[in-house]
Amino acid sequence: MDQASFPGAGDGRGGVLARTPLYEGHLALGAKMVAFAGYEMPLEYSGILREHRAVRESAGVFDIAHMSTFRVFGFGAFDALQRLLTNDLGKLHAEETHELGRAQYTLMLDDQGGILDDLIVYHSGDLEYLIVGNAANHMIDAAWFAERLPDEVEFADESDRAALLALQGPRAIEIIGELGGSVPDERFKLGEASLDKTPVLLARTGYTGEDGVEIVCPVSRVVGVWRALLSFPEVTPCGLGARDTLRLEMGYHLHGQDMDRDTDPVSAGLEWVVAWDKPGGFVGREAAIAVRDRGPERRLVGLTLDQGIPRQGQAVLHDGKEVGTVTSGTFSPTLRHGIGLAYVPAAFAQPGMQLEVAIRSKLAAAVVTRPPFVKSTSL
Amino acid sequence: MYPKDLKYDKEHEWVRVDGDVATLGITDYAQDQLGEVVYVDLPSVGDEIVGNETFGEIESVKSVSELYTPVSGEVIAVNDALSDSPEQVNEDPYGEGWMVKVRMGDQSDLAGLMTADDYEAFIAEEG
Repeated sequence: MDQASFPGAGDGRGGVLARTPLYEGHLALGAKMVAFAGYEMPLEYSGILREHRAVRESAGVFDIAHMSTFRVFGFGAFDALQRLLTNDLGKLHAEETHELGRAQYTLMLDDQGGILDDLIVYHSGDLEYLIVGNAANHMIDAAWFAERLPDEVEFADESDRAALLALQGPRAIEIIGELGGSVPDERFKLGEASLDKTPVLLARTGYTGEDGVEIVCPVSRVVGVWRALLSFPEVTPCGLGARDTLRLEMGYHLHGQDMDRDTDPVSAGLEWVVAWDKPGGFVGREAAIAVRDRGPERRLVGLTLDQGIPRQGQAVLHDGKEVGTVTSGTFSPTLRHGIGLAYVPAAFAQPGMQLEVAIRSKLAAAVVTRPPFVKSTSL
Repeated sequence: MYPKDLKYDKEHEWVRVDGDVATLGITDYAQDQLGEVVYVDLPSVGDEIVGNETFGEIESVKSVSELYTPVSGEVIAVNDALSDSPEQVNEDPYGEGWMVKVRMGDQSDLAGLMTADDYEAFIAEEG
């Protein structure tokens, strides 16, 4: 056997791998570890299929402490972030009340309209926003914020102080309740809770397509919170492998694979998080709107295969001619067949279009499918 | 873990020899490294396979591996059950997870294979 490397593997920094506070815990659970975005992370514990199923049917906990967290605060924070991010931050604010607000999925573009990163912004307090980004883009994001935020706005990189966990699955909400947490009553809402006697920020968000929460807690307490969640028999520890199959079944993008600085939000199919006409505009708007107005040359589409499993980097063909590339691909544990995301010319992007994927020496039939691939979840 | 009656190669395949027929599969170590197998691509009955070349592919959720054969010959049986139940490779690598049976023309390839003890020492070293 000659095993190919894992897509997305690699330390990304060419140096020593970092570890999250849960590293020892992962080893104690027998996790298979893998290099990802500069961190040594669990790929799987009991097996990707089993972990995947646990999240779809019960609940799974993910160590996402490798993700970067930034805090932006002060009187000018709202206006400054509104300029740097594509979504309308105004939608974040709870109406008529002073309770904590909401979380929002958004993009940060460079001046050429390329996607620097995709982010979740939490309106975490008065005049304060907590921003979660991809670990692989930590330094790029930090430098961008430091350079582009005006002086009167305070910016702090909280990545070494805040640790994130995700509890995902149809049983996730009741488990948080049993731990004494007050669960935000709507998707994308925030709440505060005490888990394992630790004050945490809860957001009803996730990357799996299931209901659940993402938990922001102090680095020093994350091990205790993680253990408290794992003390429930219905909670399965889940690694990056299941995280990838779960997100791909929903068609969620992974930055660095399905989009990057050479990709604009229109081609990537992310116009729904771009508030083109918000007051004051945003960085990258001119370039991105030019793509929108003339129509993108290529689009990110979902692919469904009956036979064969598409993998990142494989060619996509139309009538035998190479027209695009698979950016993410996997076996779908729920659907029991291959699924993927790929960039193809806009003319071939409509659902139902028959294409092929070059899976090594064979051509496999693939049908353009509008994600999510898995339609029925606890969301 | 590594049955004594089998022979092993450095690509983590096992071979069961019965007269001039060799049955091939992957070892327990290999299936564990690979993770849950979701797809196995095997040759057809009648195909000729050649020693130290690939004869198929095996995919887990996250990765793809090529299958190497240590022996040459004609494929006389293929484990078709693996197309519907590829997990047999994980659950029973030396039994239900077998892959192909080959009628060997020349058995000299067998001389280079490892015993169970040698193979165990080999993977301990490879670590």
